[in-house]
Amino acid sequence: RGVAAPPPARTMIPTRVTHNPIIGPGVVPMGVDPAYDAQYAKHGAPTRHVASHGNGRPFVVEPATPNTNTQMPYVTGTTVLGMKYKGGVMIACDTLASYGSTKRYKSIDRVKVVNSTTIIGFTGELSDFDYTMTLLNELSTTDFCEDDGKELSPMEIHSYLTRVMYNRRNKFDPLWNSLVVAGVKNGRIFLGMVGMIGQHYEDSHIAAGFGNHVARPLFREKHSDDMSEEDARTLMESCLKACVMRDKSMMNKFQIAKVEEGKAPEISEPFSVATEWNLRSYHNPTEFAPGCW
Amino acid sequence: SFQDDTALSTTMAAYGVPPALGVAPEMMEEISTGTTIMACQYDGGVVLGADSRTSTGTYVANRASDKITMVTDNVWMCRSGSAADTQNVCAYVKNLTEEHNMQRRGDLDPGMADVKLVANLTMQLAYKNKDKLSAGMIIGGWDATLGAQVYGIPLGGSMQRVPFTVGGSGSAYIYGWCDNTWRENMTREEAEGWVARAISLAIARDASSGGVVRLVTIHSKGSSRQMLEPKHQSLCESELPVIPRKVGGVVG
Repeated sequence: RGVAAPPPARTMIPTRVTHNPIIGPGVVPMGVDPAYDAQYAKHGAPTRHVASHGNGRPFVVEPATPNTNTQMPYVTGTTVLGMKYKGGVMIACDTLASYGSTKRYKSIDRVKVVNSTTIIGFTGELSDFDYTMTLLNELSTTDFCEDDGKELSPMEIHSYLTRVMYNRRNKFDPLWNSLVVAGVKNGRIFLGMVGMIGQHYEDSHIAAGFGNHVARPLFREKHSDDMSEEDARTLMESCLKACVMRDKSMMNKFQIAKVEEGKAPEISEPFSVATEWNLRSYHNPTEFAPGCW
Repeated sequence: SFQDDTALSTTMAAYGVPPALGVAPEMMEEISTGTTIMACQYDGGVVLGADSRTSTGTYVANRASDKITMVTDNVWMCRSGSAADTQNVCAYVKNLTEEHNMQRRGDLDPGMADVKLVANLTMQLAYKNKDKLSAGMIIGGWDATLGAQVYGIPLGGSMQRVPFTVGGSGSAYIYGWCDNTWRENMTREEAEGWVARAISLAIARDASSGGVVRLVTIHSKGSSRQMLEPKHQSLCESELPVIPRKVGGVVG
């Protein structure tokens, strides 16, 4: 009496994601799983208090802050570029995770392999992407346990992630990512994007983040679906060069991942692109306009 | 209040606006200016250094800007903060210095100015207009009276003569390194290498700093400027060597 019971251990230790038999792991509509709903129901509910002297009616105190589970991103990855070429699809990104304005972690993998036909890249909060990868790993494991040799196709993964992102958005608790999903299965080359509010589309060339402004115009001009892999790679590298010059939270260290029919997905070793700085006008730019920048 | 901050951040974030000033949430109280500038005294002169990145939000508006401005042949100023504010302060200081020199220097070289004079004028402008300006400046130069001098004039308009100083958002990352490796009376080469290395280290970690490293060295015989491309900057942890680009390479 007078000593509060310690909080139950299972609310503090992270547990395996609840799997719902109706629509699969990680996505739970309201009314289906009472325990899952209970997590979100408690937020914002007014608490009833009784005065310590025991007299008087119980009074209700509104919560101090409104129910806003919407977060801010902390450790973030910047742009991801993707494009189809003849026989396959490739995704490129840099290896930097920023902490606000600080370039904090410089060797992270922002593009990962999901299964033998699909790769995925992210922009936005790193921890939310790690959570998404956990969901996808659980999906793959469930598939494996079926033991029928069937795997999820890139389109199915894209569709699944769309539902996850949209359902989280509906709870005002988004996964702060834009995901680029790419893969090849049964001759169908797939490249699509899912955003943090559930917006999704498919295209021959995709960019998430800053690349939308810098790289996609270059893609529109030079890209075609039947480019050779070499040409595609050259175009991708020049887009990466344009992005790293003009995006402040990007570094000159990239990885390109590609998927082709029948082959396992490959992620390249980190490489850098050549940049030009020795332009004549850069040496003394304020020569005729002192004080300007 | 906490409530207002959260609501504002949520709204801004929903429109894709990054957190204020692009700094990590717990650093939101600081006012920092997206740059790295520094100056240091060596045996016989001063070395001023700066990065060359001007960013608006995430976009790099100018990747080769020049943040070190000449006030007189022997006194230069590193500028950080609002470009408009620092340009105008610099223009005023130049004008006032020239007028002062015309009247006062007699047979001395009117193109040269006392470093302390320039620093004092800058300080007066910064202090009297402190509520309107967002300008952090570093004055460095050499004159016959007091030799090599560095003055730091941060936000608020105070003035402090120092052996070396750093400024801008990137400076936070290199205070420790500079304190640890600073030596008095370095040679010119040592000082230039020291400043270049410090700015490279800041560029390695600060997203708001980048591009080329600009150096200006001022001594009794005059001043000279240098530009160090990324390939001439020192390599930091987890970075790859820079590949020089062959001019004439074409897309696709």
